[in-house]
Amino acid sequence: MILSEKTVKKIREKASKYPKRKGAILPSLTLAYKQLGYVDNEIYIEISEVINVPQLEIAEAASFYTMFPKKPRGKYLLQVCNNISCALLGADAMVDRLEEKLAIKRGETTDDGLFTLISVECLGSCCTAPMIQINDDFHENLTREKLDKLLESLKNGK
Amino acid sequence: MTFYSPVLTNAKEIAGHDKLHLFEFVEDEKQYQLKRYLKHGGYAAWKTVLGKMKPEEVIEEVKKSGLRGRGGAGFPTGMKWSFVPKDSPKERYLCCNADESEPGTCKDRVLMERDPHVVIEGMAIGAYAIGCHLMFCYIRGEFHHCIERIEKATEEAYSKGHLGKNIYGSGYDLEMIIHTGAGAYMCGEETGLLNSIEGEKGMARIRPPFPAIEGLWECPTIVNNVESLAAVPHIINRGADWYRSMGTEKSAGTKLFSLSGHINRPGNYEVELGFSLQKLIYDSNYGNGISDGKKLKAVIPGGVSTPFLTPDKVDVPLDYESLTEAGSMLGSGGVIVLHEDTCIVWTILKLIKFFRHESCGKCTPCREGTGWLEQIIQKIEDGRGGPDDLEKLDSICGNILGRTICPLGDAAVMPIQSTLKDWRDEWLYHIEHKKCLVKQDFGF
Ligand SMILES: Cc1cc2nc3c(=O)[nH]c(=O)nc-3n(C[C@H](O)[C@H](O)[C@H](O)COP(=O)(O)O)c2cc1C
Ligand code: SF4
Ligand code: FES
Repeated sequence: MILSEKTVKKIREKASKYPKRKGAILPSLTLAYKQLGYVDNEIYIEISEVINVPQLEIAEAASFYTMFPKKPRGKYLLQVCNNISCALLGADAMVDRLEEKLAIKRGETTDDGLFTLISVECLGSCCTAPMIQINDDFHENLTREKLDKLLESLKNGK
Repeated sequence: MTFYSPVLTNAKEIAGHDKLHLFEFVEDEKQYQLKRYLKHGGYAAWKTVLGKMKPEEVIEEVKKSGLRGRGGAGFPTGMKWSFVPKDSPKERYLCCNADESEPGTCKDRVLMERDPHVVIEGMAIGAYAIGCHLMFCYIRGEFHHCIERIEKATEEAYSKGHLGKNIYGSGYDLEMIIHTGAGAYMCGEETGLLNSIEGEKGMARIRPPFPAIEGLWECPTIVNNVESLAAVPHIINRGADWYRSMGTEKSAGTKLFSLSGHINRPGNYEVELGFSLQKLIYDSNYGNGISDGKKLKAVIPGGVSTPFLTPDKVDVPLDYESLTEAGSMLGSGGVIVLHEDTCIVWTILKLIKFFRHESCGKCTPCREGTGWLEQIIQKIEDGRGGPDDLEKLDSICGNILGRTICPLGDAAVMPIQSTLKDWRDEWLYHIEHKKCLVKQDFGF
């Protein structure tokens, strides 16, 4: 098993609350992603055994959602909102700057596996634009200085 | 960190106001805790409802209050609840729509982060009104901190008997599941949301049947926005007449507006419906004017799904009817301000890219049409536009509008159509001169 005992236990707990088994598909994928940072076919099979839903149905659902990548990404996932409210306040320039500083293009991961950069749609932080989500945390009201500092502290492992 | 988001609200100005209420406690750092919530009168409405009111009476009160859905469509909440068949032997479900994915909108997040119990209490009252014993809170997956807050609040509510079995000794059981999304705008659309809970792709369903008749697992289901539900405990506590005394005849109560873009004081503001958009943008207690001392070019009043307003139309009351009259919509309350140095073609390109990406692909006009629109608009933006491109855009828009399974198709084209009408010269300039009419520079 790639899924940890803890994850499996959590999946079982959550699944028991749903009136129908398939309801547990998204929560299971979410819990698996939390542990691993990706979910692929092998994981669909494991989930399928835990919640007793055909693997195909899990794979089908997973394919629709952007938050279940099939491959692991960098230690820090940088998601820059590129939708309108953020773009009006310089989000495009912010992505350019990140590309330059990290020497990668959007969609790519740095060689040391530390950073993955992607641009995403509105994250519900429009009044505190521009913003970036790094793993679970939102960083809002960003300026060039704040962004540079943030990157430095991540690079230094803080 | 007590507040996850540093977003500005007008809670301080509201303190002691006898009308505004949704934001009354959102600057209180402990409001998210049950103890503080109770001190501020929390769960009193839920107790009243379970102790003294029949489900029909709750529905009647909410109907009388004039509350309308705050998720975008503005459908009367009490009436929606009354569509659930009384005699159906099936289970009933209530889903709180906390997907908050309409670009320009970030209000529900404030309520969930800072006052999560009022959302739970509103859900509980709604659930009781329709005879539901299992309710769902569908939160977008990116909102880790909201999820955490709602999870903790739910645990607390269970542990003190506000949820669970035999609540307050009334014999009523109510369970709650927090279901998190995984990055899809379509899951904010009510039928996409239902599919997503069922473990399917978040695609739209054909209506009828409407969810109130056949929703989750073919059972009667009500989907309501966070803000709509959060208003319900206040309506029960202070009465429908009090609620009606705010806002306008047809748009009762208050509404949260997220003000973003080129504005001096971006933030979330609670105002009575009917409040002046002009005032929201220029008054120093609210937006305090356009940033960098520039002139206004356009306002998108209700999230990116709503038609743009020209500056001469900004002197309009923020209520459902007035905005429709002005050629736009109140939508979700996401007011986006564009200053004079913003290129309309660039702006529309951002929006159509979004809609094309988020189209679920179930119906052809939207799936194919949004792709064609993006291609043509990208071409114009890149300076490769041709003389008949605008007619092509007009025609594609016309062929999408009103011909799709869910409102995303309309939402994608209405803003485009409004700019093709009101800023046609600028579109033409872009095609003829192969560049923007304005000098746009959104530095960072
Ligand atoms: C593409 C699309 C996205 C939507 N996203 C949301 C959303 O994020 N939150 C929301 O409450 N309503 C959203 N809606 C509206 C819902 O379909 C539904 O009308 C609403 O949740 C009903 O609640 P209300 O009556 O309380 O407004 C969306 C609609 C569409 C067409
Ligand atoms: S209008 Fe678009 S999003 Fe809605 S059902 Fe059709 S393809 Fe899907
Ligand atoms: S547009 Fe960037 S968070 Fe909404």
